[in-house]
Amino acid sequence: MANIPSADELKKRLQDNVIYKSVFRPGSIYRKGYRDTSRDRALAAMNNVLYHLHPVKVKRHGLKLTYTYCLGGTSFFLFILLTVTGIFLMFFYRPAAGPGSEIAYLDMQNLRANVQFGDLVRNMHRWGAHLMVFTVFLHMARVFYHGAYKPPREFNWVVGVILLLVTLFLAFTGYLLPWDQLAIWAVQVGTSMAGFTPVFGQQIQFALLGGVEIGPETLLRWYVLHVLALPFILAIFLAVHFWRIRKDGGISGPL
Amino acid sequence: MAEDPGIDQETFDRLIEEGQPERVARAKAKAAAARKSRQAEASSGNGAAADGEAGGGGGGETPEQVQERVFKELVDDGAPERVARAKAKAAAARAEKAAEKSSEPAKQPAGAKSGGGGGAAAGNGAANRAGDGTGIALTPEQRQQRVAAALAGRAEGGGPHERTGGTETKYAGQEHTHRLLAMVPPTGIQQIRGKQDDKAYTWPHLLTAEFICLMAVTAFLFVFSALAPAPLRELANPNVTPNPSKAPWYFLGLQEMLRYWHPMVAGVTIPLLLGPLALVAIPYLDRNPSMRPERRRFAYTLFTMFLVASAALTLSGSFFRGPGFNWTWPWADGIWFTL
Ligand code: HEM
Repeated sequence: MANIPSADELKKRLQDNVIYKSVFRPGSIYRKGYRDTSRDRALAAMNNVLYHLHPVKVKRHGLKLTYTYCLGGTSFFLFILLTVTGIFLMFFYRPAAGPGSEIAYLDMQNLRANVQFGDLVRNMHRWGAHLMVFTVFLHMARVFYHGAYKPPREFNWVVGVILLLVTLFLAFTGYLLPWDQLAIWAVQVGTSMAGFTPVFGQQIQFALLGGVEIGPETLLRWYVLHVLALPFILAIFLAVHFWRIRKDGGISGPL
Repeated sequence: MAEDPGIDQETFDRLIEEGQPERVARAKAKAAAARKSRQAEASSGNGAAADGEAGGGGGGETPEQVQERVFKELVDDGAPERVARAKAKAAAARAEKAAEKSSEPAKQPAGAKSGGGGGAAAGNGAANRAGDGTGIALTPEQRQQRVAAALAGRAEGGGPHERTGGTETKYAGQEHTHRLLAMVPPTGIQQIRGKQDDKAYTWPHLLTAEFICLMAVTAFLFVFSALAPAPLRELANPNVTPNPSKAPWYFLGLQEMLRYWHPMVAGVTIPLLLGPLALVAIPYLDRNPSMRPERRRFAYTLFTMFLVASAALTLSGSFFRGPGFNWTWPWADGIWFTL
């Protein structure tokens, strides 16, 4: 029994392992011999798939919470969180409705009553969606007040407007899915506004609803938009957004 | 090798005969000449490179000659033929590599020439090496002399546009010429340096902040979701209209506007067309370069008005509208609002 290695010794052996070293690249803070030096700090950003969204160094004034209020970051994080909780929900939800087979609605009830953590995850998804709309909006306001849309960042503002619209549409399409009274009447109000579009109002409304009035086709259509099409579009524009932030010289300012 | 290709007289004459305009004929003839000279250069490339080596290294042989010579020597020394051939090949490869290396600096001006299209940078590098043996290093006086010479030659030969008879007359009496693109002081380009910003490492400074932010959001959302259940009403029924029927909160500002304007204005034109267009246009309309709040009074005022109006409309649509979407006081009549 005297030969049981200490925790430190175990950690060292684990970190010396070939496989371990192949996973954590030099500069990773989990690697043996990480030191808090300039070199290792730089490598931590460069060699990590997540961190390298960022440049190695950032302007110091941008670190202050009162510069970005972390609003863009929070919006992005909420998007990730919504994706994760949304995938969970997809396991328990079928976008089917219609007389006699209200599967979507029954699935929602089942999710809340019988699925472990089902209600909690649904709540997080729904509140998170509302919160994301709010943070994106606030992010836009903060960008405006910092004049961060000025050259060379004009186009990133335009990308941002697209993100805002897609976010709104994403939230709205999700709103229909529970297929309760709240859902279909909110969508009824929203899409009837679209019907007043000059010239092709009727066509737009028809395309949105998948018919002349809200029904099972609408549900399926909005479901596909909500879980696949719009997140895909959002992800693409997010990539452009983040790429442009770096190409435009990082965060704006200082004021 | 690298003379200004000029124009290909044969092509030129042929095209003129065919009745092409002179301008077209000249352009095509020029292209033809450039093509020809490029071909010539390519086919003479190896030999030239080896010549370069000859000048520098004193061997005076092409790689093929090296191979032959080494092979003979070794066989004479009594080495087996197989060994001799291998060694000879290796020697040839070495020679070739050396030749390549030594001709590299000379390639650059040649490249610049083909990029510049018919410029007269011809054989600059070669001339430099031949001239002073040190390659690029000319004294400023020498350089000035060359430029002066080049310019003088150009004046004599007439401008490039008057040229009709090929290269000979234009640069007559000159060994080489320069094409003057720009004068760059010896200390020039390298001196430009970005101003050093006040920067901090992403790891750990930014990432720690982001992590804290992320944890705070998660914790908030988690606790809120554990305490506040999201609504789920009775099954959808198209025949029973709830009173009031409200859109999600982010559209309630629009629904509120529907009370004041025709739906075409309030429901579509403003939010879907003018709204996004106005937002997109902001960076292109606001030409004020300043980022300082005190210099952006007008922009601040306008945007703040937009925010306040949106907030007011949304709040009123959310909390001050009851059955029939009529005005209600939340403290007296209750709240008709569901997230
Ligand atoms: C899904 C929605 C969005 C996400 C996830 C997002 C994310 C981000 C992030 C992470 C940043 C880095 C700085 C910061 O956190 O403030 C940023 C910057 C920026 N965003 Fe967004 N954004 C979104 C929507 C928007 C919108 C709606 C606009 C404007 C209409 C916009 C315009 C900009 C601009 C101009 C910058 C550069 C700011 C600067 O350099 O200071 N973004 N965005």
